[in-house]
Amino acid sequence: MSNIITVKDMCLWYGEHQALKNVNIEIPEKSITAFIGPSGCGKSTFLKTLNRMNDLIPGVKITGDICYEGTDIFAKDVDVNNLRKEIGMVFQKPNPFPMSIYDNIAYGPRTHGITNKMQLDDIVERALRDAAIWDEVKDRLKKNALGMSGGQQQRLCIARALAVQPKILLMDEPTSALDPISTSRIEELVTELKEKYTIVMVTHNMQQAVRVSDYTAFFLLGELVEFSKTDDIFSQPQDKRTEDYITGRFG
Amino acid sequence: MLNQSLSKKRKSFEVLMKALMAVSVGLTAALVLFLLVYVLMRGIPNITWELLSSKPSYLTERIGILPDILNTVYIVLATLLLVLPLGVGAAIYLTEYASNKKVVGIIEYAAETLSGIPSIIYGLVGMLLFSNSMGTCLMAGALTLVIMNLPTIMRTTQESLKTVPQSYREGAFGLGAGKWRVVRTVVLPGCVDGVITGCILSVGRILGESAALLFTAGFAHAVNGLIDGLAAPGATLTVALYVYAKEQGEFGVAFAIAAILMVLTVLINFAASLVQKYFAKRRSL
Amino acid sequence: MKKREYSPYEENAKAFHDELLESEIEAVNLARKKASKREWAKYTEKIIHIIFLLLGLITVGCVLLITVYLVISGIPAIREIGLVDFLFGKEWASTAFEPKYGILPFILTSIYGTAGAIVIGVPVGFLTAVYLSKLASKKVKSVMQSAVSLLAGIPSVVYGLVGMLVLVPGIRKIFDVPDGASLFAAIIVLAIMILPSIIKMTITALDAVPREYEDASLALGATPIETYFKVSVPAAKSGIAASVVLGVGRAIGEAMAVMMVAGNVPNMPDSLFQSVRFLTTAVSSEMAYSSGLQRQALFSIALVLFLFIMLINATLNFFLKREKE
Repeated sequence: MSNIITVKDMCLWYGEHQALKNVNIEIPEKSITAFIGPSGCGKSTFLKTLNRMNDLIPGVKITGDICYEGTDIFAKDVDVNNLRKEIGMVFQKPNPFPMSIYDNIAYGPRTHGITNKMQLDDIVERALRDAAIWDEVKDRLKKNALGMSGGQQQRLCIARALAVQPKILLMDEPTSALDPISTSRIEELVTELKEKYTIVMVTHNMQQAVRVSDYTAFFLLGELVEFSKTDDIFSQPQDKRTEDYITGRFG
Repeated sequence: MLNQSLSKKRKSFEVLMKALMAVSVGLTAALVLFLLVYVLMRGIPNITWELLSSKPSYLTERIGILPDILNTVYIVLATLLLVLPLGVGAAIYLTEYASNKKVVGIIEYAAETLSGIPSIIYGLVGMLLFSNSMGTCLMAGALTLVIMNLPTIMRTTQESLKTVPQSYREGAFGLGAGKWRVVRTVVLPGCVDGVITGCILSVGRILGESAALLFTAGFAHAVNGLIDGLAAPGATLTVALYVYAKEQGEFGVAFAIAAILMVLTVLINFAASLVQKYFAKRRSL
Repeated sequence: MKKREYSPYEENAKAFHDELLESEIEAVNLARKKASKREWAKYTEKIIHIIFLLLGLITVGCVLLITVYLVISGIPAIREIGLVDFLFGKEWASTAFEPKYGILPFILTSIYGTAGAIVIGVPVGFLTAVYLSKLASKKVKSVMQSAVSLLAGIPSVVYGLVGMLVLVPGIRKIFDVPDGASLFAAIIVLAIMILPSIIKMTITALDAVPREYEDASLALGATPIETYFKVSVPAAKSGIAASVVLGVGRAIGEAMAVMMVAGNVPNMPDSLFQSVRFLTTAVSSEMAYSSGLQRQALFSIALVLFLFIMLINATLNFFLKREKE
């Protein structure tokens, strides 16, 4: 299996504060990689660096290399909007736009220049089916998305991200704002999605990492402490700190 | 100890302050009530259909305020049409685009300065800037009012832009949308309430304005269409009130206009608070 | 030349080759198209950014424009009359055979009038605000707040009209003076007109005082009234100071209402019951028929007024900044 993202010696500063220190990681294609670690360890920051969402925060400085399919994502000729089209994102709190369900899903494709109604209908249906929410919403596509339940909103956001046909889906604690039933539906969905997409998710919940992910990366104080197959990391962690964390001694 | 009452000094302070507050509140309330009742009582009897529907004529010695009503409508429309894109654009720049704090500070200071400048100075500058080149006309007045109302629209829009959740912006950026697309599709629809509130406040200010219009828009009373009207001099209701009261001693007409303005002011305040409540409710959903 | 014949095998290979070539060209074209589209999008983003920047800078432009215009049109008359004679001359007789352009009467009238309005308006407004912010029931507060908003929204000419017909005759009768149109009438009208700004801003400042301060004072055995005046008010002092400065700005800049009740005669303000002219009314009362040096002198008055306002704005900003901290 090939690696879709390669990160070399990446450091990140918020002004004076160094939030990430020399991160090296290779993320395999069509798999689920989970980032775990205590709050403030830099895992979310790192995730947001992968599609350059950190660009929106003033005062962020990044060194090192991040290659997506062999191209440096910080290179001058890389269009950040196209990068984000390839590497989609699902946020911690469901954030549907205050528009209809249909318009939410169609937002991305329209952004990237698709205006044909038939084509859009097709994309919307496919995205909603992929996100396993089609049956619940097919009769109310014109209704405002803010009227849905939290779990539905989050699956809508996943569908919205899928509609631009990304290769990678970044998920920033996608279930932390949801109830257990919605959470398990999303987990199911994520496992299905890895057929077609590479998924990188930050999670606070170690059981979740065990349940869904193929690979796990453990972050601590801005450092990537350990990265390997999920089964390995949870059964025989190499680093003492990892062991302490997964056995619940801190965090 | 516990049943001991307050010392004399403390007690008298207590009583004195309570009395003073009661007098002040009573005074303020009485003042508002008096102004409202007095103006309406003296004004409403003078409001006739003839007054509202005709123009003044020295031949028949009849006074009508139709031209002034029309002029007011024209000047409100023209001003809003011009000030909206400018004010909303400036607000968008400040909340969405500006990254340099110094620039933001300068722009905000300028806006505060603008809102502190008295209308008589606007009138004077408007005269120099606009009336001297295009003649005394409603359009010159409207342009002057545009500068005056710019800070209002800017502030209300800015405030409502700040309430657009950051997550909407992130969501759109995360899908690969460019800045302009994010602003147009996600941010702008969220500031409708600010724009409406700004419009209402501006209409109120335009209705009440006289000093800035006297030398820019003039005080003619001719009935015109919208386009010719903007190119011709004309008095708004408020300016007409001033002219009738101060220059011509027509107090009946002046009070009729005052009553109309008073009712409009009440309506505008009511509308403004209604809009705010409506949007506050919708936002909390 | 004789056309060369291809064997079936060769035909096939050629077609295959052409197809390959075609699809390659297509791919290249598509990539080019995409790239140029991207370039174009970058370009438009930049233009839009610049457009918004310009819109943002309009306010700055307006302030500069106003300042420059006032300075350019205000300086010539001051030069001709002489700064000292202009600012400290006690007599204004612009239409006399030997015109005199001293604006001290206007400056003093504006200062006295504003001071008077503050002396009357601030205590009333302040006490009303304390009551509404701390003591009033929710209902009373909301009713009174809309009443105050109404007061703020009434056009100044309406104040002028009511002042002309109620206040001016009233002053004449009560104080037995020949003409009620006077500095005193103007002070009363101005005091009323600044009330809403003072009340609104003071309420905002007082509402923002943290509840903990007040609780601490109450827990020490102070009465609510003592707490409000000795803890809440000092805690809100920057905001209250700002409300006073805002009131000063409103009062000194008001033209129309004052024009209708102050008598509009360029006297020195020696007595409360004298007809006087303010800086604002000096500008507007002669503008319609002025020309030459007289007109230029009016612009100079406007410049003086503008300088006053800028000073007040700077003070206001100072207090507002402190309030924020």
